[in-house]
Amino acid sequence: MSGILAYALHYEGAFNKNSLGGVSEAAKLASQLGCEAHAVVIGDVSDELAASLGNYGATKVFRAKDAPEGLAQPVVDVMAQVMDDAGHQYALFGGGLLGFEIGAGLAARLNAGVTMEVTQVNLADGKLTAERPIHGDSSISTSSYKDRGIIIGRLNAFETAAPGDATAEVEDVAVALSEFSTRATMVTRGEQRGADVDIEGANILVAGGRGLGKPEGFELCEALADALGGAVAATRAVVDAGWYPYSTQIGQTGKTVSPKLYLAAGISGAIQHKVGFQSSENIVAINKDSNAPIFEYSDLGIVGDLNKILPKLTEAVKAKKG
Amino acid sequence: MKICVLVKEVPDAAVEKRINPATGRMDRSGERNLNPYDTHAIEAAMQVREGGEVEVDEIIAVTMGPDSAVRALHKAVSLGADRSVHLSDESLAGSDVVATGYALAKVLERESPDLVLLGQQSDDGECYTIGAVVADYLKMPSLTQVIQMDVTPGKLRCERQAEYGYDTVEIQLPAVISVGDAINEPRYPSLKAIMGAKKKPLDAVGIGDIGIEADRVGEAGSKVVCGDFKAPPKKAAGEIIEDEDTNDTVEKIIAWLDERKLLS
Repeated sequence: MSGILAYALHYEGAFNKNSLGGVSEAAKLASQLGCEAHAVVIGDVSDELAASLGNYGATKVFRAKDAPEGLAQPVVDVMAQVMDDAGHQYALFGGGLLGFEIGAGLAARLNAGVTMEVTQVNLADGKLTAERPIHGDSSISTSSYKDRGIIIGRLNAFETAAPGDATAEVEDVAVALSEFSTRATMVTRGEQRGADVDIEGANILVAGGRGLGKPEGFELCEALADALGGAVAATRAVVDAGWYPYSTQIGQTGKTVSPKLYLAAGISGAIQHKVGFQSSENIVAINKDSNAPIFEYSDLGIVGDLNKILPKLTEAVKAKKG
Repeated sequence: MKICVLVKEVPDAAVEKRINPATGRMDRSGERNLNPYDTHAIEAAMQVREGGEVEVDEIIAVTMGPDSAVRALHKAVSLGADRSVHLSDESLAGSDVVATGYALAKVLERESPDLVLLGQQSDDGECYTIGAVVADYLKMPSLTQVIQMDVTPGKLRCERQAEYGYDTVEIQLPAVISVGDAINEPRYPSLKAIMGAKKKPLDAVGIGDIGIEADRVGEAGSKVVCGDFKAPPKKAAGEIIEDEDTNDTVEKIIAWLDERKLLS
């Protein structure tokens, strides 16, 4: 058995950035292992788009035209069959929710070893090992695999290679889906909720989380962002609760940003949020819980009541800037 | 309708974290409690029961873990589960995600539930993928991070946030659903429920009782080997200000921002 199979998620005619990172990483590792990197795509993908994965190092793309995209279990069916037929040793996923679901299901199906939240993949004795931060990122553990290995990256962990000009061979595969994979059906996909706000270009972001206490708490963030000349961002928890628009969400299923200043108010700093802004130049956190994980990676941490601090800070910023 | 809720005991987040100076690792001994994310799954089960769309005959809390995990089951029962099942066996120690999912699926097979619920992740950060593993062994449809779940006879309509926005998915029962923490606000157990929890039926099972093959669990049955712990690259520790006098605190923040030319 040899070879690496990477899953490439697509939506509206374009591949997911983290998936391209996954394909790039698979290609890099395959060249070190002396094997090939392949990709799998599901559903309605044009010949041209599928073949374009060759630009990132995939030599072959398996396309399951008839399987539905957007749900994990049909992809498990496809990948399990492709891996068995073509004999791939490893499956690799860029960061993202679907990759976690598919990778876990695939591990069960193939009785393989699986590691999630992987930040780095290495080679040891001709095999892949995966590094994964654990315990709130306070330690890194290394996984190795007794047999087949399934490696699921953390969001943004795998860099997308500069595109080359190679074309991948596209092979259509017919896969009979498991009966249970057909018992979930997508009704609507990719619905946007709330206003469309552009936060990716902002140099300064003031982000709010559940610690704001109520939706109106965002008014404090907005006032400070205005004074600083920045924009307002949010965590998944408050977006899911309907406090703030989805387009402002940072993290695992939201956006990734790296502004000059990320000021987090009432945010505990869970890993799924952290991965979306950790490359910011300066991280400031205000939280009343001195145990909040965010203090472990902020440059300036303020333990206190944001309701007292934010209004005064806003006034002081205004006064300073004149 | 029968609902099984998978729960787990985790170190209590309210207990102050300590780093063991000898190893540089987190000291995770001390108080353990029900994984807070799991309380949302139990609450979701209770809301299905109280919603009246379908009749819920039983809510069963299921866990795998050492003796101490009984406490998590008691908590789950105090929050509304009718009874609990505790899978405990020395040979399970060191099981990876796949082996754990296999073992839990064996417990669930015996119960043959219409709906399996679990929390979105464990508080000790191990994995939020167990639902997908269990579902594959049970051959049930599955969805994770569900924040809205409407139940009608034989069917679920679920909403969740994925890569490109909100998805709405229709799922036929039986199914395995892991719920996001935005799905509900878990209730607090009443004192009476806490006191009564220990009297509710608790079924303790070992691997032989439910047909778990010993060579598929534990360290030997796991396909991934974890080890070689090392410390992450050190980031310079940030400055911490305890807010006592807010005017003073704000002045310090302004100076800090100004120094980094963030106020120009």
